Amino acid sequence: MDRLDFDIAHMFAGGLVLVSFMLLYQDRLYALLNMFAAQALVLAVSVAWQAYIQDAPHLYITAAITLIFKAIVIPLALHRIVGRLRIQRQVETVVSTVPTMLAGIALVSLSMVVMLRVTQGADVLAREDLAFALSVVLLGLLMMVTRSNAVSQVVGFMSLENGLILAATGARGMPLVVEISVAFSILIALIVVGIFLFRIRERFDSVDLHALDGSKVNRI
Amino acid sequence: MPPAGFLLGDAALLALGAMAIVLGRGRSASAFLYSGALIVSLLLFGAALSRLVTAAEPSTLVLPIGLPWVGAHFRIDALASFFLSVVNFGAASASLYALGYGRREHEPSRVLPFFPAFLAGMNLVLIADDAYSFLVSWEFMSLASWALVMAHHREDENLRAGLVYIVMASIGTFALLLAFGLLAGPGGHYAFAQMRADAPSPLVAATVLGLVLVGAGSKAGLVPLHVWLPLAHPAAPSHVSALMSGVMTKVAVYGFIRVVFDLLGPIDWWWGIPVMVVGAATAVIGVLFALVQTDLKRVLAYSTIENIGVVFVALGLSLVFMANGFSVAAALAMTAALFHVLNHALFKSLLFFGAGAVLTSTGERDMGKLGGLLNLMPATGLFMLVGCAAISALPPLNGFVSEWLVFQAILLSPSLLSWALKLLIPAAGAMLALAAALAGACFVRAFGIAFLGRPRSSAAENAVEVDRFSLTAMGALAVLCLLAGIFPGQVIDALTPVVRDLTGANLVSQSAIPWVSIAPVAESRSSYNGLLVFFFIGMSALLAAYVVHRLASRAIRRAPAWDCGFPDASPLTQYSPDSFSQPIRRVYGNFAFRATERLDMPPPGELRPARFKVEMVDIAWEVFYAPVIGGVNRLATWFNRMQFLTIRQYLSLVFGALVFLLLVLASWA
Repeated sequence: MDRLDFDIAHMFAGGLVLVSFMLLYQDRLYALLNMFAAQALVLAVSVAWQAYIQDAPHLYITAAITLIFKAIVIPLALHRIVGRLRIQRQVETVVSTVPTMLAGIALVSLSMVVMLRVTQGADVLAREDLAFALSVVLLGLLMMVTRSNAVSQVVGFMSLENGLILAATGARGMPLVVEISVAFSILIALIVVGIFLFRIRERFDSVDLHALDGSKVNRI
Repeated sequence: MPPAGFLLGDAALLALGAMAIVLGRGRSASAFLYSGALIVSLLLFGAALSRLVTAAEPSTLVLPIGLPWVGAHFRIDALASFFLSVVNFGAASASLYALGYGRREHEPSRVLPFFPAFLAGMNLVLIADDAYSFLVSWEFMSLASWALVMAHHREDENLRAGLVYIVMASIGTFALLLAFGLLAGPGGHYAFAQMRADAPSPLVAATVLGLVLVGAGSKAGLVPLHVWLPLAHPAAPSHVSALMSGVMTKVAVYGFIRVVFDLLGPIDWWWGIPVMVVGAATAVIGVLFALVQTDLKRVLAYSTIENIGVVFVALGLSLVFMANGFSVAAALAMTAALFHVLNHALFKSLLFFGAGAVLTSTGERDMGKLGGLLNLMPATGLFMLVGCAAISALPPLNGFVSEWLVFQAILLSPSLLSWALKLLIPAAGAMLALAAALAGACFVRAFGIAFLGRPRSSAAENAVEVDRFSLTAMGALAVLCLLAGIFPGQVIDALTPVVRDLTGANLVSQSAIPWVSIAPVAESRSSYNGLLVFFFIGMSALLAAYVVHRLASRAIRRAPAWDCGFPDASPLTQYSPDSFSQPIRRVYGNFAFRATERLDMPPPGELRPARFKVEMVDIAWEVFYAPVIGGVNRLATWFNRMQFLTIRQYLSLVFGALVFLLLVLASWA
């Protein structure tokens, strides 16, 4: 493989991790959604680059799906939802930003250590890709754990899924049908979550998960 | 008859069980089924006995069923033949008894299918020759007997008994599973022949010994694993109680002997000590609890625990003697253990049949409501008297011979070299002596309260003698108790091939000694002649009767004012079961029973009656089970909180688990 190709792929994957950190830092919902769109954009570029250097045309389809759904449709839909729910001004911090960022750094180093140890002898590109992908997955999970707003949980889940796509495209020979089905499942998850958000809102006048937890405890 | 014949018999029993489901509740179903079980059991008994008496060579059979590449191995050697004889004789007598007793069963469809299945399960355990068939048969036996315990499931007490039983049975099977797993080793040699061939390391062997003590001991009723036994045995219908107490505990003893003496390889010097200590504790605790029960069947169940203790003391002695190279003494102890196994199967079945007869005719198990039954049920009373005398180890009956043999073995202990054993074995002997004395008191109480005196309730007043089948079964067992006591030499000689296989030595032939005496070690040391004792007791009894009848005056006498101590006609003035055992309860109350006595005496002028209440707890519940139950409860309460976490907390759990696993992966060497 060409040295430059590898470096560029490395840069895109690293960019994805960087955007994940930026995602972790946002505490306004619109900014969060914009940043999520940016992450999906980086992912799409990265997948397209992989398609180019692996000479795998079907990855272009994946890149297109990512670009259309994740960078455009889903952020727009969530924008609309946030607007209609009138929660765009909310600031949410369950765990404050600095410890979260520190934990994120620790998670990235952990995933590097694990992946580089475990995948010794594998393809260099795949190793780097897998390490970055695991970082993105962990950061997405961290986001789900540290946020209490349902919308940001959805965003955390989606960014986690972005990490999975990055891992999948890094490995050669991943069939297209898997990626398409993953993309569809994400879309359906978005629809379901969107409906849920409105239902929750109707019922509890809030999309803060604390309201849900409180009601559950009271009912039991 | 080779193993195939026994397998056919077991298949016939299982087929009977299946037929019972089809035949359903009809009255003829019960008669048909029990007579079928009687015939099959008698055939199997005859085959096993002929193998034992002719000292037939072991024969094996391998069937291509069960585990792949292992198959199902079956083998009948002398040990299996002996236990097959005991089990099938007990089964035959229980079937005969049930021909009469089973007719009054309210829910026959809950008993009939499982009864022959239970018999088949016990038979299969005895002929299994690989770990897989053994465990499957063992579990089959447990489950069939569990179903029988639950036959009268509408009583709350039986529900609890069934729960405790199935938990303990599962623990026991689990321990046996681990023991066989260790014996099979990493190579997975599940056939007994291969386990016999390779000797495990000392540590593995010691672990296996402990596991088998738990596994077989929980089925046999060793303290502290005995707690299920006094609940479950009385809960079953009486003929099944007799089988469980008299026969199934023997299958457990067989399991212990098979693993420890046959499969485990060379015996370490200390193996006998835990077995003996547990046995002695079991004997004393069992009989102490038997002495304070008021439920007749529960008395018998606790007494089973005592007798199992006696058997295990003898087995422990045999292990000690074998490890120290005293093979003749080991053979003596083993003979005593096997003889006691046989005896206990005989008289415990007899006593349970008697208790069942009392239950049938009065509807009562509570001794406080019985009394005076000897006049109304003379034959049952006589057979019960024989059984009580035999279990109290009174000569000339069989119980005396086996306990005497145990003590003969204990008296050989001073020739051992180790001081620890020299001190420990007589201590175990003292415990046994205490247990034997208390057993005497226990059965004086059981027989005296139930059969002598005056009836304590209208149910006892209206008792009638039971049917002929039951009486025949009891009579046969009573005669055998007497015969085994008078001709012990023949029994000991029949046991010779078994003992030789297990200990490598045997006692001198006893039938060669004139006048049916037995002299297990040497005639100069000790000998016993049951016939002479029988003759002497018979003569003196006849003489006393003659003298009383001859010399008693027929002149009219005026009755004295105090009326022989019975001026008040109320039966309540008699000894009650509680008052009879009160001195013993007081003596041992603190440490064995945790007995608390509460007296509620109303002040003068108040009209309510005074109340006296005694509460007793089995110490094993407090010491061994309460901490476990408490621990499980605390753990469950703690885990229960996991049911009510918030969404974010669940996510955090997943996240934490993932990070933890990654950390483990990262730090893996």
